[in-house]
Amino acid sequence: MPESLSRRDFMKVSVYFVGGIVGATVGLPAVGYLIDPALGGVAKEAWIPLGKLADMPEVGKPYPFSFTRVQVNGWERTATSHGGFVIRKSDAPDDLVILNSRCTHLACTVNWKEEERVFLCPCHDASFDAEGAVLDGPPPRPLDRYAEFRVTEDGILEIFYKEG
Amino acid sequence: MWKNIFDWLNERLGLNDLQKSLLERPEPKGNWWNTLGSASLFLFILQGLTGIFLTVYYTPSPDHAYDSVNYIMNDVAFGWLIRGIHHWGATLMVIVVFVHMLRVFVTASYKYPRELTWLIGVGLLIATLGMGFTGYLLPWNQRAFWATTVGTQIAGTVPFVGEFILKALRGGPDLSALTLQRFFAGHIWMLPAVLVGLIGVHLFLIIRHGESHWPKKED
Repeated sequence: MPESLSRRDFMKVSVYFVGGIVGATVGLPAVGYLIDPALGGVAKEAWIPLGKLADMPEVGKPYPFSFTRVQVNGWERTATSHGGFVIRKSDAPDDLVILNSRCTHLACTVNWKEEERVFLCPCHDASFDAEGAVLDGPPPRPLDRYAEFRVTEDGILEIFYKEG
Repeated sequence: MWKNIFDWLNERLGLNDLQKSLLERPEPKGNWWNTLGSASLFLFILQGLTGIFLTVYYTPSPDHAYDSVNYIMNDVAFGWLIRGIHHWGATLMVIVVFVHMLRVFVTASYKYPRELTWLIGVGLLIATLGMGFTGYLLPWNQRAFWATTVGTQIAGTVPFVGEFILKALRGGPDLSALTLQRFFAGHIWMLPAVLVGLIGVHLFLIIRHGESHWPKKED
């Protein structure tokens, strides 16, 4: 520190220094405050239990299921319903097709029609076969599948659900 | 290069003159009581900044106001700090503005040629209290709701026009979503605009007249 530093200059430097510290202690948290929702927030995922596999004994018969996911965005909670069908392709416990009942055209919910053995979409008369392949109508691709599933020790069928 | 940029700006804006007239004004006599106006200004700016930040998450709707304040306090990083500064800064600002007024009164600084500065100061005090009154409702908790119920009822006791004032404040006969919305608008747009305008004239007058001298025995 030069000896010629005047009292006035010392005061000036002190004011700027203290002001800078005060500004930084408020300013830096303020940046964190602003960008907080952008941090974290990875896609949520979970294993969703659908029921006992023993309760879905028949091969080739679609067993419907549904579950609800709650999304929390800030102070708002949004519940979304999901549904689908479990179909046994054979007696083997891991030989399953698990379809999402959302029509791949415009997201209406498809229903199983036992007489014709097809999934019918009520919106535009699209139809899918028992494994989800498009038979008729505008859908661009087969029904989505929950590809990852497991059966727990208690015999509960669970699917892996990933948000988004 | 920085010097060139500074010189270019300085030549056009007169930064040196600004600094002289704003930050290096001569004090008649170093006295801490004379810093209360600057302290009020600092608190106003601090309230403005933290308030702007709070609007990033706050929602002035009866459905979400309370939850959004809870969200700020518990979930947002440093939300507690921003709202804490705004909350305590508000109380502090009312105190500092009031003591500032007392100082001006005690030192008789409101006399010629500073009467207008004093009158504008009265407007600033009222606007500051208005900020406190409107801001108090925004968290939309029990205390806020009933404080505003009582406060607007007191305004309603004015003879003849009382009922009209009460309805105008509440946006109807009852405290409702309309009350919350108009208190919010008043708190973040109207009163701050009034404050900024009055502060501008207040500061201009202070720089124009300089500070009053501390009264001596003969005064």
